[in-house]
Amino acid sequence: MAPFLLIALLLVYLFTLNSFKAKKMGHPAEVEVLSKALSGIGVDEKSLVSILTKSHHEHKRSIRRGCSQFFFEDERQFERWNDDAIKTLKGEFKRFKDAVVLSLMHPWERDARLLKKALKKGPQQYGVIVEIACTRSSEQLLGARKAYHSLFERSIEEDLAAHIKGSERKLLVALVSAYRYEGPKVKEDTAKSEAKALLNAIKNADKRRLIEDEEVIRILTTRSKPHLKEVYEQYKKISGKSITEDFEAELFLKETIECLCTPHTYFTKVFDTALRVDANEDAKKALTRLITTQEAGNFKGVSAKFAHKIEERVKGAYKDVLLGVLARGEMNGQV
Amino acid sequence: MATLKVPAHVPAPSEDAEQLRKAFEGWGTNEQLIIDVLAHRNAAQRNLIRISYGEAYGEDLLKSLDKELSSDFERAVLLFTLDPAERDAYLANEATKRFTSSNWVLMEIACTRSSYELFNVRKAYHARYKKSLEEDVAHHTTGDYRKLLVPLVSAFRYEGEEVNMTLAKSEAKILRDKISNKHYNDEEVIRILTTRSKAQLNATLNHYNTAFGNAINKDLKADPNDEFLKLLRAAIKCLTVPEKYFEKLLRQAIVKLGTDESALTRVVTTRAEVDMVRIKEEYQRRNSVTLEKAIAGDTSGDYERMLLALIGCGDV
Repeated sequence: MAPFLLIALLLVYLFTLNSFKAKKMGHPAEVEVLSKALSGIGVDEKSLVSILTKSHHEHKRSIRRGCSQFFFEDERQFERWNDDAIKTLKGEFKRFKDAVVLSLMHPWERDARLLKKALKKGPQQYGVIVEIACTRSSEQLLGARKAYHSLFERSIEEDLAAHIKGSERKLLVALVSAYRYEGPKVKEDTAKSEAKALLNAIKNADKRRLIEDEEVIRILTTRSKPHLKEVYEQYKKISGKSITEDFEAELFLKETIECLCTPHTYFTKVFDTALRVDANEDAKKALTRLITTQEAGNFKGVSAKFAHKIEERVKGAYKDVLLGVLARGEMNGQV
Repeated sequence: MATLKVPAHVPAPSEDAEQLRKAFEGWGTNEQLIIDVLAHRNAAQRNLIRISYGEAYGEDLLKSLDKELSSDFERAVLLFTLDPAERDAYLANEATKRFTSSNWVLMEIACTRSSYELFNVRKAYHARYKKSLEEDVAHHTTGDYRKLLVPLVSAFRYEGEEVNMTLAKSEAKILRDKISNKHYNDEEVIRILTTRSKAQLNATLNHYNTAFGNAINKDLKADPNDEFLKLLRAAIKCLTVPEKYFEKLLRQAIVKLGTDESALTRVVTTRAEVDMVRIKEEYQRRNSVTLEKAIAGDTSGDYERMLLALIGCGDV
């Protein structure tokens, strides 16, 4: 009789010991899982469900005590959510919702809303205006202008012209007003002389700012994309450098040229910036914008290049969308 | 309203095409027949005739017309036969090729067409000239003219009637300030004139008049020899009271020593299906003589008959 009792007691002891250990050991692991699930781009919904459904009161208390990035000790002795952390989380949860809404939206409405938002946010977001005006086809840009009429009862150019005060106003208004010819026909002579004109503008950049040079604006805002690509090539021939290098000092001009002539470089840059550890909210938002507005074929090679970073930094349903769009890009190749 | 008269029963396009072919055959050309057909068909009907003619005779109707006709009559027929968007593209392209006065044609097209019509012109321009309208305008203009004309041809103005009176007041004041200081080519002046909707612009200019005692065009007359100012005044007129602009153009075209056939042909062929009724009314009001009489007095032959047909004279 006694040995059975002894064994039973031993088992009970071991069981409680185990569960006690489990409580203690499980917590650091779960804290880590929670931290991982909530830091990065998007959130890892599956891990969160798992933690929440399995945790009980004691559990959660230890998590709170173990997660100093989300909780702190309030003066009245309770572990309190960090307000900034909640704010960040709001943004991260919202990311998937934004992707859904933007993705389903008609491209015209999408571009019109993005343009309006960028204008409202101010100069640090004017790059979005450049991106949209330069990476859309002529018909798509016209569509965005039509949708803008419907949504805001104004024309895009009147709003841009009225609200942008800086020297970039002329460039941006002209970019959204363009209806570029889309045929392949290019006159080499004209491209050569315009490359020379740009080189000239660079040489006189100290006397006259590039973004205020009439010829620079004319060439970049009216010529067709195939023509500008030829100008880009001619420029390299006569100066040995690329236009984007020489226009480094004027951010909007540089991005204009990139988006018009070497869009793939531009997109790769946006991905790179968004996936950095120190990426700010605007940079991360760019990711959603790109994957919902660009033709997937424009991202060839991106998933391979950034596979590791995406795995590390992006989470959950948002990651699935990102990878899915990129995969479609690899399959389709050129649009 | 249009003055173009189209018969109640319109023959099939193939019949019209056949009639036109008959008009070209044999010795000489039957110009009256050409007028009877082409000057009495609307844009859609003319397009069908062109297609039908091309299919039946293997040649573009316009080419045939070019071969058979000459001088002012030919230009009037050719211009009128073209589809409106194509016609404007043709006129705009022509305007970028010559010098000075052609800025007027660009301004006129940009300011008197509706937003959608202007975009159709840009589309037609791509198709016909393999370039964009704005790139040609930008390339062939400089300085203040480029600053004004490129945004004008690139505009896609909002077409609603909504008006913001606060904005109208503040922009009227901006215009007043710039004009008082003779900064006619100021970016703000250009901005307001080239981007605001026509309704908003109207409200702004009305307020200008009320608040400052003069219509803006009066204040812009400071230097009567300044060509840019002339263009600016004309643009404002085109944007707000186009029939008055066209009336003046017609008056000057007819009254000049000889006639400025170019302007006369352009106005009649481009407005016959748009607002020629109002232009005629304005003409009679201003000159105390009908446009018909004025044209008849100053032109002759087939050219005269074509113009008169287009402004609604005689039978269908």
